[in-house]
Amino acid sequence: MVDVAFQPNRAAAAQTRRRRVGLRNALRRKSMSAFLMTLPLILLIAILVIYPAIYSVHLATLNKAMTKFVGFGNFEFLFKRETFWLVVKQSCIFAISAVVFKALIGFIVAHFVHNVPANKQRKWRGMLLVPWVIPPAMSTLAWLWLFDPSYSAFNYTLSFFGIGPIPWTGDAMWARFSVILVNVWYGAPFFMIMYLAALKSVPEQLYEAAAIDGANWWQRIWYVTLPMMRNIIAITTLFSLIVTFANFDIVRILTAGGPLDHTHIFATWAFRVGIEGSDIPLGASVSLFMVPILAVAAIFILRDITKRGNES
Amino acid sequence: MSRKKLSRREFVAATALSSAALITAPYVRGAYAAGKLSMGFWDHWVPGANSASTELVNEWAAKEKVEVQLDYITSQGNKNIVTIAAEAQAKSGHDIFQMPTWWPQANAELLEPVNDIMDPLIKLNGDVNGTVKYLGQADGKWLGVPASVGSQIKGPCSRIDLMKKYAGIDVQEMYPAGSPPKADNWTLDTFLKAAEACHKAGFPFGIGLGETSDNVDTAGAIFQSFGAQLVDAKGNLTVKTDAVRQALDYYKKLIAFLPPDVAAWDDASNNKWLVAGKGAMILNPPSAWAVAKRDAPQVAEQCWTHGFPAGPKGRFAPYLPFFWSIWSFSKNKEAAKSLLSYLSQPASIEKMVVASGGYDLPAYEKLTTLKVWAEEGPPKGTLYHYPNPYKHQTLSIAASPAPPKIAQQIYFQATLTKMCLRYYQGESMEKTLAWAEGECEGFMRS
Repeated sequence: MVDVAFQPNRAAAAQTRRRRVGLRNALRRKSMSAFLMTLPLILLIAILVIYPAIYSVHLATLNKAMTKFVGFGNFEFLFKRETFWLVVKQSCIFAISAVVFKALIGFIVAHFVHNVPANKQRKWRGMLLVPWVIPPAMSTLAWLWLFDPSYSAFNYTLSFFGIGPIPWTGDAMWARFSVILVNVWYGAPFFMIMYLAALKSVPEQLYEAAAIDGANWWQRIWYVTLPMMRNIIAITTLFSLIVTFANFDIVRILTAGGPLDHTHIFATWAFRVGIEGSDIPLGASVSLFMVPILAVAAIFILRDITKRGNES
Repeated sequence: MSRKKLSRREFVAATALSSAALITAPYVRGAYAAGKLSMGFWDHWVPGANSASTELVNEWAAKEKVEVQLDYITSQGNKNIVTIAAEAQAKSGHDIFQMPTWWPQANAELLEPVNDIMDPLIKLNGDVNGTVKYLGQADGKWLGVPASVGSQIKGPCSRIDLMKKYAGIDVQEMYPAGSPPKADNWTLDTFLKAAEACHKAGFPFGIGLGETSDNVDTAGAIFQSFGAQLVDAKGNLTVKTDAVRQALDYYKKLIAFLPPDVAAWDDASNNKWLVAGKGAMILNPPSAWAVAKRDAPQVAEQCWTHGFPAGPKGRFAPYLPFFWSIWSFSKNKEAAKSLLSYLSQPASIEKMVVASGGYDLPAYEKLTTLKVWAEEGPPKGTLYHYPNPYKHQTLSIAASPAPPKIAQQIYFQATLTKMCLRYYQGESMEKTLAWAEGECEGFMRS
């Protein structure tokens, strides 16, 4: 008892020693070092993604003056608006048709590039990636001039063949076509490069075996190429679907949502309502409406990939 | 190394001595004794126009010993309104922000009242027009000081030669430089006949029906000329009225004489239309004429800016003012007020108007006859009637007199031009009105 009374710090020192050893052990663990190395990125994501996401959920629950909590009141209001359902319909048309065409064109072009002799492939890959590497705001401005209502270069060219003038951005159907076309032009190279990488990873022996079995080109694609590329196709589609649903710049620059709101998608309408109309809670609600749609798509696609991963 | 321990007595003595020294020392006024002030001003279209504001701010800063930080924020891509939204959310940013049209009202709760400087300024410069009061005041509180920089009237800019040749209208005679307008016959009927004649001649009027400001402003002025309001000043729905029906019928006739692609026009389309020499008239501030002076001088020397045609309920012209507003979270409100007062002195306003080549319009009635508008050319006097010197038209903004927070929605959702297009494209009148009524009901949410 006396010893203990004369060494009051002994227990604390032992505890500190234990803590040091514990810290050393923790640092030795691979998972801990990995966590520490990714910490800057985690912090960055927390500041730039998670905080704004939570803040926008908070905004979506406020009234227009941002003074009162209204729960799902903004969503209830939106569901009664004709324009909102027009925007939902257009966003789906825009995203689904653009992703389908991007995937199709990317798949075909990837095959062409794959069949180009290896020493010339680099040039083709570089050239085909150009639309994807130009900032879309800049390239869309060029498209805007090509589609210009009064001075369209396309219409000028078509006039030599007695066609047009086509109201590229002035008619609802043509305007929808134009924004989808620009999105496909911009996004197809991404699919092409992903599919090209997938094609290169398909073992040549499978094609040789298929050839021995007498498979024609279509059967080789259907029974060899596509099953081997399934995961890449699924991930690329999911990624592109998310990005295309959230697109803003192409529509904003090309049509600003017109004519008569017929090209508005979630992001452009959210901007119109939230920033230009000074109704930030409603704008936040419009942009958050995408979350459940994309979450459902992500769950289905990722579940399918995991299932196949487990099977293999 | 030995360290001298400070006793309690010594500490108290030292503290008392230094406090006494600080209190009794003579007051030294440093270079930035009056603190710091930051401002976000609108980045002017006209090259070199920002320099006048910069010089004035620096002059004031040197006199008042204030350290200033001046940022010019463009309205290209709506960067200015995005910045306003961000600063309002963060409750942090510039001390003064130059806000366009609807934004003082949209942020009314976050702005410092400036009645104490507005009252003397009105005494000095004359009263402000009704649109400035409508957009700049809430419950008797001034939300900002009207800025001459960027404020504009979007009146007709006509081609003298084409209007004379094809419509038989001498716009210079109707709006002579240096004297009052002789525009009694300049009515919406005359305007429609002129639009038809110029359309037949291959030079249609360049009036857009898109969703951007220029398009909406024109529709707003024409609707007001018929007394057509979608929502009245008390916030009641007034869509299904004869005045709105008349305005829509008028627009249906007018659209037939406009270029076929006007549904897709933005704020640049009408400017290009005039500069390219394709049309006899556009409805725009003199920026298109200024570009023509540089790029197509033969077009510029045939341009004449003048008043709007009158309708059954009066002659209305779209007026879009800017305001210099002080955020309530500003840490130097007194300095901000002092600067705004300095920028609103007649000499300062004239300096800024001259630097903009006459584009900027002061809101005060004593400042609509500055020399610059009489002298600018070619042709000389082309801008004489631009600032409405004889007050022969009512300056207004589309969607007014609806309560500003509702009107802002009508304005930015382009409800007026959408109604015109829907009706023109074959939708029945009642269906168009029902659609607009539904939209306006939605805009009323609080």
